[in-house]
Amino acid sequence: MDILSALGDGFAIALTFENLLLALLGCFLGTVMGALPGLGPSNGVAILIPLAFTLGLGATPSLILLTSVYYGAMYGGRISSILLNIPGDEPAMMTCLDGHPMAKKGMAGEALSLSGIASFVGAFFATWGLILLAPQLVKVALLFGPAEYFALFALAFMTLGGVSSTNQAKSAFAAALGLGLAMIGVDTQTGVPRFTFGEVHLYDGLDFLVAIVGLFALSEVLIFLEERHGKASAEGRQLKVGRLTPPLSMIKQCTPTMLRTSVLGFIAGVLPGAGASLGSFISYSMEKRLVDKEGTFGTGDPRGVAAPETGNNAAAGGALVPMLALGVPGSGTTAVLLAVLLSLNITPGPLLFTQNPDVVWGLIAALFIANFMLLAMNIPMVGLFTRLLMVPPRILMPVVAMVSFVGIYGISGSSFDLLVMIGFGVMGWVLRKLDVPLVPIILGTLLGNSMEANLRRAITIDNGDWWTLVDSPLSLGLWAIAIIGFVMPIIFGRVVKNKMRQRKDEEGAISD
Amino acid sequence: MSDRIFGVFGVLLAIGYAMSALAIEESFLSDAVGPKAFPLIIAAILGISSAVIAIKPDPEPHWPDFGRFVEIAAAVVVMVLYAEFLPIIGFVFATAIAATYLAWRLGSTIIGSVATGVGTSVGIYVIFHLVLGLSLARGPLGF
Repeated sequence: MDILSALGDGFAIALTFENLLLALLGCFLGTVMGALPGLGPSNGVAILIPLAFTLGLGATPSLILLTSVYYGAMYGGRISSILLNIPGDEPAMMTCLDGHPMAKKGMAGEALSLSGIASFVGAFFATWGLILLAPQLVKVALLFGPAEYFALFALAFMTLGGVSSTNQAKSAFAAALGLGLAMIGVDTQTGVPRFTFGEVHLYDGLDFLVAIVGLFALSEVLIFLEERHGKASAEGRQLKVGRLTPPLSMIKQCTPTMLRTSVLGFIAGVLPGAGASLGSFISYSMEKRLVDKEGTFGTGDPRGVAAPETGNNAAAGGALVPMLALGVPGSGTTAVLLAVLLSLNITPGPLLFTQNPDVVWGLIAALFIANFMLLAMNIPMVGLFTRLLMVPPRILMPVVAMVSFVGIYGISGSSFDLLVMIGFGVMGWVLRKLDVPLVPIILGTLLGNSMEANLRRAITIDNGDWWTLVDSPLSLGLWAIAIIGFVMPIIFGRVVKNKMRQRKDEEGAISD
Repeated sequence: MSDRIFGVFGVLLAIGYAMSALAIEESFLSDAVGPKAFPLIIAAILGISSAVIAIKPDPEPHWPDFGRFVEIAAAVVVMVLYAEFLPIIGFVFATAIAATYLAWRLGSTIIGSVATGVGTSVGIYVIFHLVLGLSLARGPLGF
């Protein structure tokens, strides 16, 4: 009952005129960003962060805006998968498999509306999962001391690479690079400058928002310049959308699929390092194994559309659990959301639920509201979004670049930050070419300082004894999971990733 | 080959990082760990992972040909110039020029790219500055 009354308070916060408007705006922008190939959820949220600051929004409204974008992007990705066979973002990759064949059969409208319903179901159950699971996780997290937190951070880094890269050495490199960048600036405990090379601008550290926008948005612009996707992706390939309601029999046929994949996707989302792409991938694979008796998957089976869409939206909700309850994000986009929280001076983690219950429950209520808005937006109004797909990258990409510049300049007002951002953009481009995952870098710059603080706190409490790090069963357990999580993908990861790669478009969307 | 170069570069980076970590001046009032230890751990991970990358390289990535490289370098130069000149010539002009360049290089026609550039610049100015009140760089003409 506690939960229900807290949720009630949350709705009271979320149901103000301003917050509803923000949720609506976020849902709309999110769907657009998800639908446009090349702009994924992490990009979308990253370039909108400055907007949230500009509007002078408080913590709850900014989070409502940005998580609506996040949920919206998960909905939007399917539109271009179905109509153009180009995934709008990586989690929507699997939707191409059956979505596009359905569209070719003249059932584009049915595919779009069915996947809209599937997205709704996945997100709806995942939000309930978040409500039920997060408080339990908080209870566990309250047992954590600094040594356990250090182990937890290590776990996040070591498992993160597992899915996002085939090469564990490269994800370890990325994590170390991010952590190393976080060290720049004045050491908070002793007050000595580190790695600043006498540059005054570096004394208060690199702004992680600059790093995020540079690595994600600008490197995307450079990729487009390299490949010169100048043409509109939709030109000459527009399919007729047709009727926008799926027949009841189709929904009935897909209901068991949607329920199963909600659970599966949610679990995939909660696990660190997995995120929505894995959610949709394992949902599709499992359903194919379970219900594909006649071999219709891949030829436009509605269940093959419902499964990955439910899976990726459920995973999106699941990924919020570790981010809110532990302060350790499980995916790229939740890492960006964590950056927002940190910039707003809110530290996620167990204390968030007791100190800022308004933020948590307001956010959760907003997720429910956003989900209903998205359902309404994505079924009757889907035609509007299909028309937006006609915007060619040669117009879109300059806008993205300029909005990124404006956003960063708007936060700091300094050219120096813009130069740092360009540096990150170039670095992001090179690293993407070399198949080095970007998400660990972001996570490293975000968490580096608190990881170090926990390490030093743990050891100082124990009078300089480093063995304190593996002193309790809890931290030993965390280290064990971390090591297993790091080693397993070296053995098994290649197989899974190769299967996902087979479907990977040249688009180079950033892994969520 | 790319991975080998990348790995060697990473090892050098790790060594440089470790050296500048050792050069951190310790305060006389320090905790048990001090400001050097964690950076040194990071340098070690950086070094080891780079060495592994160099020893066991992945297949060669698909690098663009020389022309595309120049394309990207030119775009980076334009962005750097944009960052440098933004406070001098003001937001609207700088953005219009930079966006026009990008649109042109992405394959718009000349007229199309000028339209995109001016549209982007004015659009952002109106939405972010006039409507939302974000302070943008002011040029000599006040915008």
